[in-house]
Amino acid sequence: MTHPGNERPETVLSVRDLCVETVSRSDPRPILKSVSFDVYAAETLCIVGESGSGKSVTAFSVMGLLPPDALRRSGGRILLNGRDLSTARPGEILALRATTMSMVFQEPMTALNPVRRIGEQLDEVIRIHRSLPAAQRREMVMKMLTEVDLPDPPRIYRSYPHELSGGQRQRIVIAMALILEPKLLIADEPTTALDVTTQKQILHLMKELQRVHGTSVIFITHDFGVVAEIADRILVMRHGVTIENGTRDQILAAPADPYTRELVASVPGIHPPAPLPPKHDRVLSLRNVSKTYGTRPLFGRPRLVHALSDVNLDVHRDEIVGIVGESGSGKSTLARCVIGLVEGWTGEIRLGDHLLEDASRNRSYDIKQRLQIVFQDPYRSLNPRRRIGASLMEGLTNFGMAESQARRKVAEVLEIVGLDSSVMQRYPHQFSGGQRQRLCLARAIVMEPEILIADEAVSALDVTVQGQVLDLLADIKRRTGVAILFITHDLRVAAQISDTIIVMQHGRIVEKGTPQQVIRSPREDYTRELIQSAPGAHWDFRNFRPFVAEPGAEPAVS
Amino acid sequence: MASQSKLHLFLSSWSTRLALAMIVIVVLMAFLAPWLASQDPMFLDPSVRLKKPSAAHILGTDAYGRDLYSRIIYGSRVSLMVGTGVLAISVFFGVILGALAGYFRALDSVIMRIMDGIMAIPAVLLAIALVSVSGASLTTVIVAIAVPEIPRVTRLVRSIMLSVRSEPYVEAAVTLGTSPLKILLRHMLPNTVAPLIVQGTYIFAAAVLIEAILSFLGAGIPPEVPSWGNIIADGRSYFQLLPGLVLYPGIVLSLTILTINMLGDAARDALDPKLAARN
Repeated sequence: MTHPGNERPETVLSVRDLCVETVSRSDPRPILKSVSFDVYAAETLCIVGESGSGKSVTAFSVMGLLPPDALRRSGGRILLNGRDLSTARPGEILALRATTMSMVFQEPMTALNPVRRIGEQLDEVIRIHRSLPAAQRREMVMKMLTEVDLPDPPRIYRSYPHELSGGQRQRIVIAMALILEPKLLIADEPTTALDVTTQKQILHLMKELQRVHGTSVIFITHDFGVVAEIADRILVMRHGVTIENGTRDQILAAPADPYTRELVASVPGIHPPAPLPPKHDRVLSLRNVSKTYGTRPLFGRPRLVHALSDVNLDVHRDEIVGIVGESGSGKSTLARCVIGLVEGWTGEIRLGDHLLEDASRNRSYDIKQRLQIVFQDPYRSLNPRRRIGASLMEGLTNFGMAESQARRKVAEVLEIVGLDSSVMQRYPHQFSGGQRQRLCLARAIVMEPEILIADEAVSALDVTVQGQVLDLLADIKRRTGVAILFITHDLRVAAQISDTIIVMQHGRIVEKGTPQQVIRSPREDYTRELIQSAPGAHWDFRNFRPFVAEPGAEPAVS
Repeated sequence: MASQSKLHLFLSSWSTRLALAMIVIVVLMAFLAPWLASQDPMFLDPSVRLKKPSAAHILGTDAYGRDLYSRIIYGSRVSLMVGTGVLAISVFFGVILGALAGYFRALDSVIMRIMDGIMAIPAVLLAIALVSVSGASLTTVIVAIAVPEIPRVTRLVRSIMLSVRSEPYVEAAVTLGTSPLKILLRHMLPNTVAPLIVQGTYIFAAAVLIEAILSFLGAGIPPEVPSWGNIIADGRSYFQLLPGLVLYPGIVLSLTILTINMLGDAARDALDPKLAARN
């Protein structure tokens, strides 16, 4: 019960000494070690941590959604509105879900049933928990659809999930979670799968709904930028332990724990480093490169998608070109045209003086060697069945190098990426994501390429590891003079590492310049929107303080 | 390390161990037939026709006075040869065709339409046609059963090729200048081994069964050769007099197929990464 006039905020959720371990008779491993925190009425608590920190397990424990054959609560109490969930029967917890606490998941594509209409799915939530006539339920659904700012609610009501965009779907999931006005909303990385501009809208929406309904929110994220936007209080977790717990300003401005300091300081700020690079010889040039994907149906007009239109670009020796864009902007297609994994493009790509052939298989070994790529997913980039040594030497032996010599060269390069040469005997599954990405980098640079393409190469990594790999890339550039095409959806990361930034939208280059020019004085509206959408743009993470003045970008939502 | 745990998982259940033991018995039967059998399975002795089990003839004799026990022992040879032969032929052609269809876009539709055509041919009809053209023989039976199995293997291999070819590690190999043949052998085909082991057990079991059906119908192995299908076919007229003539080979046939299928299921469970992760 709320007591008007009471100064202390009401505690909605209180977690005390929560312990979770793996289900195993012989060797149960602890996953959460005595986690305690409170969530007060109408506030947002951000739980921050890297992968494996236990932040999602904490959320699942509260919701009673721990997978019974894998994890179990081994101690502690969870009090929701003063009621102990740890002693509640499964049926009681079921009744509390959606009515008192509800959850929004990361992947809006899989959180909705693909074969049922949006309206039916929202209606079902009400039907299960309340006995209301159909007309009244429909009214509630329409009202909720309006509240989450979806255009034309009657049309959305009739739509299937595949007819909506990712951002719209996430709005539906939020609507579904809030339709019964729960006291507590748990959002597990709800914006991670979305583009930054969409992310900004969703964060804004959640803030607004929270203000109107007075909902308490637990927001789980790995992104300190997002935290800086929306948190009232922050809980930092690592290896299943609470590292630090405090208000937003305490944690962001004066983190007490060294791990928190490292975590906050690794967040890429949107503000670019100053030095302008000297221009060297041009190594790669693109002239009017276009790529069209099309389906030619038996009847009717062919449907064409312009993945790239008239792209012109020069890349110089010793230069890092950051290519930034949202999903569908054509940034990956550009990379794949250059490397030859996409064929059927038009225009000219020159590597030095050599006019590049269309597909990789038509190119000579010499040309292939000069272009190398590192992919996004470190878990799928190395053949799981082959030893690291075999994978890393593959390129060299393809070019006819003797195995002993190749082995020596790989060992040298492994040292550059910070790994011991003994790793050559091991298999990929024995390495972490960050180590695997170093191995992929080693595989590429052992070829001594002139152009290295990094296609979202740090996007799948935790922020501290991401920082290390970025430093490594810069180091490799310094040592070898390789030109790097750094493709990313994250303008903050691009600003940190690039000498030149290119912004792409709908297959076109819309802006080009040094990070200074692009971020301080963007010419295009779209670039400005991207900059403003970057979460946490108002906060200088490196120096633990807010930016004083914001040239070119307005302070974001607060 | 990983393969050891898979083997361990494979052998963890009693039913699998029992099935494995049964298969070992059948294989030993086939290899040691001359020593295990009490007499030549083709030796005719009209004086002892249709005898009940006795010390001289453990399971009795058939209508021509042949020893049923010896014929069943020798019958395992035919079954294993048919199973192995069909497996070898269908996997050999299936893997080659599937790999070509899955890797080279241009060949895909051509190969797969031919496979669709072959799939439409029933094994029994093909066998009857082949036998009427070239006469009943082991080779004819193996070819007749193997040909309709080839498209199944081709489809399986092709689908795996299609899903693997966009894996980043395959694309990385392309950019490293690895030749298409090496990419196929090194990076793509190893992914088909586990599903092929599973599919292979089913093909083997189906081949043994179809051979029995063909022989029973008289379109398979020459009638004097002891095969389980032939023994059942010979004995069916005397079923009421001597049920053992049909029952004993029938039981051996059923048990063999059941155990092979059980091994296939166990292999699937052991090799499926999702099921493995749960244990």
